[in-house]
Amino acid sequence: MIEIQNLTKSFTLHNQGGVAIPVMAGAHLRVAPGECVGLVGRSGAGKSTLMRMVYGNYLAGGGSIRIGGVDVVTAEPRQILALRRAVLGHVSQFLRVVPRVPTLEVVAEPLLRLGIAPQAARARAADLLARLNIPERLWRLSPTTFSGGEQQRVNIARGFAHDYPALLLDEPTASLDAQNREVVLCLIEEAKARGAAILGIFHDESARDRVCDRLVDVTGFTPGLAA
Amino acid sequence: MTLMQNAITAAPLLSVQGLTKRYGPRIGCADVGFDLYPGEVLGIVGESGSGKSTLLSCLAGHQRPDQGRILFDGADVLAFSEAERRRLLRGDWAYVHQNPRDGLRMGVSAGGNVGERLMAVGARNYAAIRDSATDWLGRVEIAADRIDDRPSAFSGGMQQRLQIARNLVTGPRLVFMDEPTGGLDVSVQARLLDLLRGLVRDLGLSVVIVTHDLAVVRLLADRLMVMKSGRVVETGLTDQVLDDPQHAYTQLLVSSVLQV
Repeated sequence: MIEIQNLTKSFTLHNQGGVAIPVMAGAHLRVAPGECVGLVGRSGAGKSTLMRMVYGNYLAGGGSIRIGGVDVVTAEPRQILALRRAVLGHVSQFLRVVPRVPTLEVVAEPLLRLGIAPQAARARAADLLARLNIPERLWRLSPTTFSGGEQQRVNIARGFAHDYPALLLDEPTASLDAQNREVVLCLIEEAKARGAAILGIFHDESARDRVCDRLVDVTGFTPGLAA
Repeated sequence: MTLMQNAITAAPLLSVQGLTKRYGPRIGCADVGFDLYPGEVLGIVGESGSGKSTLLSCLAGHQRPDQGRILFDGADVLAFSEAERRRLLRGDWAYVHQNPRDGLRMGVSAGGNVGERLMAVGARNYAAIRDSATDWLGRVEIAADRIDDRPSAFSGGMQQRLQIARNLVTGPRLVFMDEPTGGLDVSVQARLLDLLRGLVRDLGLSVVIVTHDLAVVRLLADRLMVMKSGRVVETGLTDQVLDDPQHAYTQLLVSSVLQV
């Protein structure tokens, strides 16, 4: 479902003397439907950079990232937008929303964008918020004033609202208590069971051991760090 | 998956090629080209003097470019007769000015402002026009009992929402926006952004929005075009251009924004 080949990336800092910093070379991995692959490697090795490239958020220098028939490296912006709408979900560490939009709408939005009827979209959103223990009295409020853990759970609910065939998870259990951590791990297991291909970063080792089928050490893809 | 295929096979609603506008020896904008697809929001960013406003006014038919082509739904807009052009500006196209005073008639009631545009495209039934105006005031969150008030009695945020209602009442397919949230308080901006996002999604509007506010385009635009000295220096997916800018000017622009 996700297939990465010979991926390279460098950053050119034009305003700092035009210095070019190679950050990735020869990256390759694949994630099959129903499989969860964890990225490991020390901080700065390029785990987040790789995830961002898969999502089309960072531009690749070369190579390919094939997801559901689209090569993210060469795709037009609107192809990537369509991919993100229907195929490729992303749970980032930070919630970025328009202030004032109620939590229920924030979570339902990915479904509304897919053209799902508002009532069904909100029902699904309510379901997820309840599972993630966000009290119902908060659903009408904007999540911008919520605590870090609450925002993270809203973000997760939003990321799991649609049954994406491929999912990127960036530290989905960070800043969660034991009970909510368990809910998130169950959501991941359910997504795998329905056939989602998942690529994730998990610093939480026991979470990683439980949901990941394989680990890929990105240090091997980092120029200057590879053995 | 059908949704995805639709999005990819559709023809562009607006296709711009080699658009150039000079002011004497000075370049307003040079060789600008892009395709805008149905339901897509394109943000144009750059500092003042970058040519983004010149480009928008050429696109929207307020100025005539010296060179280039503008195709709307396949039709060559620059070859339109004056009557055809006016019909387009009143119906399928809309233009939201930065200053609502430029887009509203300040001496006419709120209902009249919305109804006027309907009458310009041929609506004649008073009751239907008033119903439609009331409906649109509701959609932009203006209470129905303000329908007979003049915009001069409204706050800046309300005036801007009224201008949006006036523009959208005829069901345009393409909306041009020039700094629509400029000059508004931050909280009022947020409300307007939320409203615009909902309308774009629900009505499937295509939008070209010019702004210098990168936070606004991050929330509103699907794609970005970065302009400098009249030329497009970088284009791409909004979050990609903002998070991984490639051009020196874009890097400077992004790194100059204060973090909040």
